[in-house]
Amino acid sequence: MPETKTSPAADTGPPPAFADAVRDETSLRRFLHGLPGVDAVGVEQRAAGLATRSIKKASKLWAIDMAISMVDLTTLEGADTAGKVRSLCAKGRRPDPDAPEVPRVAAICVYPDMAATAVAELAGTGVGVASVATAFPSGRSSLAVKLADTAYAVEAGATEIDMVIDRGAFLSGRYGQVFDEIQQVKAACGDAHLKVILETGELATYDNVRRASWLGLLAGGDFIKTSTGKVSPAATLPVTHVMLQAVHDWHATTGELRGVKPAGGIRTTKDAIRYLVAVREVAGERWLDPRLFRFGASSLLNDLLMQRRTQLQGHYSGPDYVTVD
Amino acid sequence: MSDRISVAKTYKLYLGGAFPRSESGRTYPVADAKGKFLANAAQASRKDLREAVVAARGAFKKWSGATAYNRGQVLYRVAEVLEGRREQFIAEVAASEGVAAKRAQALVDTAIDRWVWYAGWTDKLATVLGAANPVAGPYFSFSVPEPTGVVGVLAPQRSSLLGLVSVLAPVLATGSTAVVVGSQDRPLPAITLSEVLATSDVPGGVVNLLTGHTAELAPWLASHADVNALDLTGAHAEQRKGLEEAAAGTVKRVLRTPLEEPDWAERPDIGRLRAVLETKTVWHPTGV
Repeated sequence: MPETKTSPAADTGPPPAFADAVRDETSLRRFLHGLPGVDAVGVEQRAAGLATRSIKKASKLWAIDMAISMVDLTTLEGADTAGKVRSLCAKGRRPDPDAPEVPRVAAICVYPDMAATAVAELAGTGVGVASVATAFPSGRSSLAVKLADTAYAVEAGATEIDMVIDRGAFLSGRYGQVFDEIQQVKAACGDAHLKVILETGELATYDNVRRASWLGLLAGGDFIKTSTGKVSPAATLPVTHVMLQAVHDWHATTGELRGVKPAGGIRTTKDAIRYLVAVREVAGERWLDPRLFRFGASSLLNDLLMQRRTQLQGHYSGPDYVTVD
Repeated sequence: MSDRISVAKTYKLYLGGAFPRSESGRTYPVADAKGKFLANAAQASRKDLREAVVAARGAFKKWSGATAYNRGQVLYRVAEVLEGRREQFIAEVAASEGVAAKRAQALVDTAIDRWVWYAGWTDKLATVLGAANPVAGPYFSFSVPEPTGVVGVLAPQRSSLLGLVSVLAPVLATGSTAVVVGSQDRPLPAITLSEVLATSDVPGGVVNLLTGHTAELAPWLASHADVNALDLTGAHAEQRKGLEEAAAGTVKRVLRTPLEEPDWAERPDIGRLRAVLETKTVWHPTGV
């Protein structure tokens, strides 16, 4: 097995295998358009087929705990207050107050101005603070503003940055611009992990999702993330399949492990388990790890907790038994 | 004699305003009082029951939030559609309960009248069960009845339509939503009632009607934490104690009923309405 590392080094360029691909905009375009097309019918059929798999009892309980530990508990509302972020952090630290053995969530995901609040609440708990940046959710601003936005979040102590790509540039074929932006944001992140939001709901085709995924990986994103959650459709299983294939192939070629984060529209335990099945089957077992797979979600956590109680108590639970966000 | 072969029916569940098959894919044959095959009914599983509770919970906000007047109008509309299906109900009640056509007709008429009776109660409950309480202080104190939430109903096993209407209509009149497990051996009038509800103005999910084995479904309904009240009318004698214990585990209201079904034709009182209402009392300072 080749030597693996989880994060691309910020100062070195792309791995030797892809040095040619990113030499200039023309070669980048040639590389992205040279990627094999996605068999849309095939990927949808495979996603639907895997979604019928039945996960029971001990495996289900394991999957629920795994899913909880992968949740990026998110609040991205204009109405967010410090109080709301603090209560969300409390929930992330201890999702089910009645059951201390429930794992903590992976991270709390907030807007940059709330990052400092979340950092203070989560100090020493191991729960990360993810902050969206780069003129989230549309990404429509100058590079300078995007970099300043990123620096603001990093200074506040965010350990993970969720950036959006410039979909306008991507869809116009200005791949070089998108690539440079991601690279510069990555540089601005310092030690913080970078998640690159592709906003697949606006990319129209699976081929575009595949190209955007590779673009994000080539430019140094630690994670590729489906959506902002502000556009419908958000995360879907077939799109996540395409992205999982990309990180799998990236690892096969370079030995580096990169992550995937579906976000938006995943509300039930059943959905979450379908994603975990896809992770296991498409990317591989080692991606069943909060360092390599995350759920961007808010209401999902309550459903996971209710299902967990159902499994352990032997009767169905209800929303009166979990906290209201 | 006609050569035509009649179409044998396989009925489905009524869940969230739609008619899905049981998730389990199971059905069971339904026979008339003499043992002759009538149709196949869906045999609901505990997962169907879970889905039904989700649907009922989802529908609760809108149904309980509707004005009492509006709820009454919707229920009157149901009575109109019931009236339109009168012949079908008479035939099904006669076949299911093994009674003569004339008796079946009387039962169906009483059931429709019962529905209208409960429909009339929607906007009178607050006046009858609410109060402006006399208190020794500078406060107004009001008590108002509020619907309890999702009500699990084990429908009567013997009275297939009149009994069902007598236990379901009061739940709807108060603004609660219902998950009903129909009579196990006589489910056809209940299934037709669900078709009536689907084609009247009752929002999807307000009534969810499952057919199947009561003994299999009842414990899951009794222990479900998102069900607020349980009507034991159709529960088997040997299960009742266990069901009450399970219901107590999640602090449900339990409506205990005698083992022997009452004469449903008797004029009811408002006991069944009161059983699924909570009383909210508000203190409010007078003056400034």
